[in-house]
Amino acid sequence: MGMSATDSQFHVLAVDDSVIDRKLIERLLKTSSYQVTTVDSGSKALEFLGLYEDEQSSSDSPSVSPNNQQEVGVNLVITDYCMPGMTGYDLLKKIKESSSLRNIPVVIMSSENVPSRITRCLEEGAEEFFLKPVRLSDLSRLRPHLMKSKSSNQNQEKQGDESENSETQSQEQDHELEQQQPQTMPPNNNKRKAMEEGLSPDRTRPRYGGIATLV
Amino acid sequence: MDRNQLQRQVALKRSFLFEQCYLDPQQFVQLEELQDDANPNFVEEIVTLFYKDSARLFQKIEQALYSRPIDFAKLDDYMHQFKGSTSSIGAIKVKNECSQFKEFCLAANADGCVRALERVKQEHQTLRIHLENYFQLRRQAGLVQRV
Repeated sequence: MGMSATDSQFHVLAVDDSVIDRKLIERLLKTSSYQVTTVDSGSKALEFLGLYEDEQSSSDSPSVSPNNQQEVGVNLVITDYCMPGMTGYDLLKKIKESSSLRNIPVVIMSSENVPSRITRCLEEGAEEFFLKPVRLSDLSRLRPHLMKSKSSNQNQEKQGDESENSETQSQEQDHELEQQQPQTMPPNNNKRKAMEEGLSPDRTRPRYGGIATLV
Repeated sequence: MDRNQLQRQVALKRSFLFEQCYLDPQQFVQLEELQDDANPNFVEEIVTLFYKDSARLFQKIEQALYSRPIDFAKLDDYMHQFKGSTSSIGAIKVKNECSQFKEFCLAANADGCVRALERVKQEHQTLRIHLENYFQLRRQAGLVQRV
């Protein structure tokens, strides 16, 4: 099964056009006990994630393979910024615009320390921005994002049929919200902040703590 | 020479590479930390990969440099890629020469680029010889596992 097994390794998809940097990031991630897949372009990354460029999902239309990211089990994407064709920023945007992929945390790497670039990426939804060369100590910053992502993906699976809730919401509100469709979180700048806060007026379903039991 | 002496030679060579700024100790040590029983030769592997990939990039750079008109943006892009690789293995001197090259690209100075490329290649080759020597010493000192 995909990433629903709570004790399986996290699977990271690393994207970089440099063969040396791919080798390095792969070793860094494996040393940190992640399962790794490397690809050399943004378009290959999207292919791997099950999102084809000409069939790109938006929040309005159903995605082509909504559960593919759970089937291949990618828990995080780490991508170089400067790549020919699709840049890391373009890839980030496509992932965040996709209803099936938007919950996957994305980390950007760059050899250049350009504040406006960093801000732009973070605003677009990147969780972290690493300066290259990436070190083992940088990777320790990945874990919280992975834990959060795993927890919210468990929520997706449990949507509608679990009554446990660690948030302080009223009973009636919970019941009402359970009936609703998959999240339709608006792609705005507050999204990231909202996810961090856990309680957003824009969310249409209750947020469960990481205590939901799995089938 | 006995093993201890050989190992001392390895250590001396390593210090030399750091002190003479051929290699960035922080980055190189990071690479060494990624070696384990399952991946005992990672540093040599990535260095070998670096030199193989460099050849490819140098070819592209030279092609771009000797075509008319010169596309300085492309030149800069290729050198940027190469510079990134030098940074990943901690090759300081080579990296610095890359920066010089990029300055000349920005200034659209073809002659400057030609001279700068020569220096990049010189440093690149010097480092290669030092590293080959270093890995050879490690093998002789029995520090390298045979896979």
